Amino acid sequence: MTVGTPKYRELGLTDSEYELIVEKLGREPNDVELAMFSLLWSEHCAYKHSRKLLGRLPTEGERVVMGPGENAGAVDVGNGYAVAFKVESHNHPSAVEPFQGAATGVGGILRDVFAIGARPIAILDSLRFGELDSVRSRHLLDGAVRGIGHYGNSIGVANVGGEIYFEAPYEHNCLVNAMCIGFAKTSDMVRAAAAGPGNAVVLFGASTGRDGIGGASVLASAELGEGDDAKRPTVQIGDPFEEAKVLECCLELLAKGLLVSLQDLGAAGLTSSAGEMASAGGVGIDIDVAEVPLREADMEPFEIMVSESQERMLAVVEPERVAEVRAICEKWQTGSAEIGQVTESGLVRILRGGEVVGEMPVEALVDGCPLYDLDPVEPEGWIYGNRTTLAEGVAPEEELLALLSSPNIASKRWAFEQYDSLVGSRTVRRPEQADAAVLQLPEAGNAIAVSIDGNGRRVACDPYAGTIEAVLECAQNLACVGAEPLGLTNCLNFGNPEKPTGAWQLDRAVSGLADACNALGVPVVGGNVSLYNEGPEGPIYPTPVVALVGELPDPAQVAGSGFARAGDAIGLVGPFAPVLAGSELAKQRGQLEMGLPQPDIAAVAAACNVVREAVRAGKLSSAHDVSDGGLACAIAESAIAGGIGCETNVEHLRERGAQPEQALFGEGTGGFLVSGDRANLEELGAVLIGSVGGENIAIGAGDRSLSVSLADAERAWRSLAVKAEGDGA
Amino acid sequence: MTWGVLQFPGSCDERDALFACERAGDGARLIWHESRDLDGVDGIVVPGGFSYGDYLRAGAIARFSPAMEAVAEAAAGGAPVLGICNGFQVLCEAGLLPGALLRNAELRFRCHQVDLIEVGSEERLSIPAKHGEGRYYAPEAMLDEMETNGQIAYRYAEGHNSNGSVRDIAGVTNDRGNVLGLMPHPEHAVDPLTGSTDGLRVFERMSRVAA
Repeated sequence: MTVGTPKYRELGLTDSEYELIVEKLGREPNDVELAMFSLLWSEHCAYKHSRKLLGRLPTEGERVVMGPGENAGAVDVGNGYAVAFKVESHNHPSAVEPFQGAATGVGGILRDVFAIGARPIAILDSLRFGELDSVRSRHLLDGAVRGIGHYGNSIGVANVGGEIYFEAPYEHNCLVNAMCIGFAKTSDMVRAAAAGPGNAVVLFGASTGRDGIGGASVLASAELGEGDDAKRPTVQIGDPFEEAKVLECCLELLAKGLLVSLQDLGAAGLTSSAGEMASAGGVGIDIDVAEVPLREADMEPFEIMVSESQERMLAVVEPERVAEVRAICEKWQTGSAEIGQVTESGLVRILRGGEVVGEMPVEALVDGCPLYDLDPVEPEGWIYGNRTTLAEGVAPEEELLALLSSPNIASKRWAFEQYDSLVGSRTVRRPEQADAAVLQLPEAGNAIAVSIDGNGRRVACDPYAGTIEAVLECAQNLACVGAEPLGLTNCLNFGNPEKPTGAWQLDRAVSGLADACNALGVPVVGGNVSLYNEGPEGPIYPTPVVALVGELPDPAQVAGSGFARAGDAIGLVGPFAPVLAGSELAKQRGQLEMGLPQPDIAAVAAACNVVREAVRAGKLSSAHDVSDGGLACAIAESAIAGGIGCETNVEHLRERGAQPEQALFGEGTGGFLVSGDRANLEELGAVLIGSVGGENIAIGAGDRSLSVSLADAERAWRSLAVKAEGDGA
Repeated sequence: MTWGVLQFPGSCDERDALFACERAGDGARLIWHESRDLDGVDGIVVPGGFSYGDYLRAGAIARFSPAMEAVAEAAAGGAPVLGICNGFQVLCEAGLLPGALLRNAELRFRCHQVDLIEVGSEERLSIPAKHGEGRYYAPEAMLDEMETNGQIAYRYAEGHNSNGSVRDIAGVTNDRGNVLGLMPHPEHAVDPLTGSTDGLRVFERMSRVAA
């Protein structure tokens, strides 16, 4: 630590923010208070550079049960049941220690969902790494996948889907976004707001240690006077067994009606959960750190308040029910302690025994952080560089195989087979069987479908259009399994918002998200923002990861993505007008630049309706959206998934302005590749482009016509394992 | 018949097992790991998951639970006992089944559909497997004896032994045949909507033991 730098700057507060804290307290904060303010006034907790933008997003809808501000959003799925969901980032910890970073990312998002009283039924994940020819990227990929598997498998929640992209801008700053879906009786759900002065505050789950003390370690080293030698470990360590017990314990406590409110301990630990509970309830809260069960006896009050030890929950309990609550914790072999109470004071007070060691108005601590306007400036051109890995003018067969074997397009089986996708007996469509995961809900009498998506490269080309495309791709994925969107959640992974380009990317992306959601009539029920994702070579691709949850009436009527029957006709539905801009082919040719066509959201939404109704009516043998690698890759994927070849011709796309190469490999929103009876396809207005059958994938495209054997295509598409495990490095 | 499905802290598939017993036409209820009383059930399922976090070694702690003492007594009395995945590991640790489960040859957890051959009937079953420690091992002499006694219940079909199990063994019984352990998950194969219904054959086999 630099001599003479004020502690508050080391903790990430600006001079003016510190002055504001002094003004609100009427005095200088002590170390406990400074630690707590620095965390709650961080971007991570206060959303100080994004909150103004997020106001653009639509959050209302008749199916919304819980919206933004709760631990997770939730939508009504009928028959008195709700589905809760949220996606959250754990990017920086994963870049330091991918196994524990990703594992605790899963642990954290699970807690968010069971904190509102929903049983977690599924996990999805969205991952971004640098190119796989880098040893670092292979290390991060391997660690993150193992970590996600370790936590999710051990706790017994099915991992049903996700996506992984490999792009150079993520080399030093990988992204690990985890999503959890929960299921609950709507009447059993609980909010996070503390209520009832005089009620007890009970901390249960794991004990509190020095892990994850993060930026506040500056205070520790300052006190010890030993500089960097005293840095505390900042990556949390997860214990899924503890969480499995805490999960069952929470659900039993809630089912018995023993809790007034419940909150998980995530970023900023007790500081944030106690502060946010008090703020939401309009009350005060007293916490006695002497009552907190510790792993190390000599922990300072500020360390206890900011520790990010995992697998802990905070509950408000009526005094006469504390004994019963603690007995249930004991049944589940997890610790519990009464550490404080709800007060009328409007203050967060931290005590150690009888001594007050910190005292702050809730309003100042939780809601007092200033919100900033951004200063967006559009960059003059493409800022991310280009690398050529595929020459122009090679044979179209070679291009198709190069794209299918690209880690971005290739099968992710190597990764998802490391996850239990079945536990819970709800998984109707496993990973890669369809465009969206499908989970049956026999209790509600229907099923839900989930898709998560966000192609950062395309968002970098045009943050507004690229973000709309991400939402539309999710909507298309849901349509392919016959589902109608109910709600959206998102995680905005961006670079530094204080830089003009980062600000512009964020501003345009949020506008795109808002316009897409408004046009589709889908409410945003929650979200997460991760900013300052930059490496030494610059920012990551702007990566809004969006996830849609939809409903379908009959899980028996779900199309798969693979061709199913020889002789079926193949058709193209939707306003698909492919161009090479921002495509996987443009990336491989080193031709990336700014600009994407502007999507026609209404036309895509109309195509989604057509496909959804056809799937529900059982009129399609397969449905697959056209995405990375264009129509040629979509055709190959449907053929590989079905284990059967096809004869197709895509030349009619000339009418939409696409030359043969664009028709094959150009990308864009709004395309569905479907198969089924010819009459059924004609009825839904599909452009007929071929038929299912044979051992080859043949695509007519003028002078770029191609034919590859199904076996060669499948070999290319299944090549990820070799690349992921590299040469054993 | 009525099954009791053990529930340890860290069990994952106990609800799936309850559902599967019901699908097989039987009754089923959960039995808490601290209970020495099996509540009058006719047979026991030791389900999959990570009992007690699988700390130390998979199944090594669960074998000492009070409920497992009662299961050992019931097994000695001839009651059907079905151990699935972690349950198989627990039964091996408890000495109710021969052999042991080691880490998969590839050292990775893997979840995928596998084909099994039931030894004797030669019936082929499609059932999911999902484990990181499923490589069956026993000494050669013991394996020979088990083959002679008809204790090999299920083998992986050719090309489906992804964990490196010795002699392609997926499931084994005790000498008497009333205790069965297998790594693949029959309880996840009882509903056509989620994949296959071949797992019901395993539950039916164990119901016949009770009869």
